[in-house]
Amino acid sequence: MSAVAPSQSASQGERLYWLMMLLPCAFLALLYVVPVLNVLVMSVTVPKPGLANYAELANNGAVQRTLWTTLRIGAITTGLVLLIGYAVAYALVHSGPRERQILLGIVVASFWISALIRAFAWIALLQSRGIVNSALMATGLIDSPLSLVRNELGVVIGMVHYMLPYAILPLYTNLRGIDDRLVPAARALGATPSQAFRWVFLPLSLPGLIGAGVIVMIFSLGFYITPAILGGGRIIMVAEFISVQISETLRWGLAAMLATVLLGAVLMLVTWLSRFMDVEQALRK
Amino acid sequence: MSAPGSSPARGVTLPRLVAWLAAAFLLLPLLVVIPISLTPERYLSLPTDSISFRHYGSLVSDGRWTKSILDSLIVGIGATVLATALGTAFAVGAWRLGVPLARRLRLLLLAPIIVPPIVHAIAFYRAWATLGLLDSYLGLILIHAMKGLPFVVLTVAGVLANLDPRLEQAARSLGADARQAMSWVVFPQIRAGIAAGAVFAFITSWDETIVALFVTSRAVTTLPRRIWEGLADNIDPAIAALGTVMILLTFVAVTITTLRGGKANA
Repeated sequence: MSAVAPSQSASQGERLYWLMMLLPCAFLALLYVVPVLNVLVMSVTVPKPGLANYAELANNGAVQRTLWTTLRIGAITTGLVLLIGYAVAYALVHSGPRERQILLGIVVASFWISALIRAFAWIALLQSRGIVNSALMATGLIDSPLSLVRNELGVVIGMVHYMLPYAILPLYTNLRGIDDRLVPAARALGATPSQAFRWVFLPLSLPGLIGAGVIVMIFSLGFYITPAILGGGRIIMVAEFISVQISETLRWGLAAMLATVLLGAVLMLVTWLSRFMDVEQALRK
Repeated sequence: MSAPGSSPARGVTLPRLVAWLAAAFLLLPLLVVIPISLTPERYLSLPTDSISFRHYGSLVSDGRWTKSILDSLIVGIGATVLATALGTAFAVGAWRLGVPLARRLRLLLLAPIIVPPIVHAIAFYRAWATLGLLDSYLGLILIHAMKGLPFVVLTVAGVLANLDPRLEQAARSLGADARQAMSWVVFPQIRAGIAAGAVFAFITSWDETIVALFVTSRAVTTLPRRIWEGLADNIDPAIAALGTVMILLTFVAVTITTLRGGKANA
């Protein structure tokens, strides 16, 4: 056999690997990136070229209300999820193996249940003739049903329920990585339990908190299913607003502008997130 | 909820209390679908005098539900095959070449999980109208394949990161050509990662709602679309029956993975 043969087959192999790597990218570039870029372009070309769509941010009351609702609900959800999620992650790290297994099992399982099934369950529980109101009225605690859903309360309950596992799992990974000799060391040096927590444990868990917070915020801003069902048309977040512009009022320019703003906000958050944690790790389900 | 009792000498602390309350908050509201699914009535209610399995029956006998289950399976399997093939090819190619370009391209492949679904939903709606792919199986399969692709790339690349590239070089220097080295040396080692990626891709497709609402209508009606329509007008207890089946399957799967000692939170 001549010396040429192996190198020839090596370069053939090389070519195969390049093909394997580039073919999926071409597929995505053509069928994903181009359509999304087209939407971004439409925000400055439809109905006519210019920045008229972006001027709506300053002039259109409905647009401003929607963005404000989105930011407000996103912030409330993120705050609540971080507070609860941190406590859960803390308990997970400090619990025995069996308790941890059960708690983690519940968190992971709820992670996989679809948003639609969850929304259905919440509607059944919270609507005016739902299970919670019926039970409260049967026991005579209330005379008329409480409005628990088709308002901001219902949306926040549903979103916290959906987002909690997204915060608990990265927080748990982060807290587990903190050296468990540090807090006892602080105690030995004279810190009270709360001082040791505030000055030692909490600062070390800050990257995890920021990371989890950004992930929850990213998903909350673009959330569609839960706010649309539990908001019942009264609480409209930006994703549902965009959808209405397309399917009902046919204002493609306005929808494209809001999609661009939403995408810009999410990309900014992702870039910021990449400073605190491995984004790929965070996105893994 | 069972009493937290297995932790040695730690007592009931505030975080543990919150953790169990949070677990109850995550779990109990979901379980409400179980009694609802057993109601003998045609409307959303709890069974009072008797229970009935009629809503489970309608999942397998009502033509609209069976069509949706079938459509979800067709689209899910098609998208899984495509996403798994493309995702594995990319991960292996990038791993073997190890060029800096690979890392950048990987970010491109992650785009479908970073971009908010509503943004690509309207993008696909527009583009698929131009391409004539609206309301077709192929159209939805292509989209779901792109949405599943990132998960396959992440899981397969995760397994490959622990695999020594010299193994493949060794096989090649012993006379295997690229294809043989791939199928006899690399592939057997990453099978578990590929399988996990395929499961992720299938579940992604099975659950996908927003894009399906935009790009399909009559010809293709996947389960999420059918449930969405059911929630919009008269709420059908069959949704609770379906939800019960899905929740039970999820818990069985998670329990098996946990008991096997697998990393359920991976």
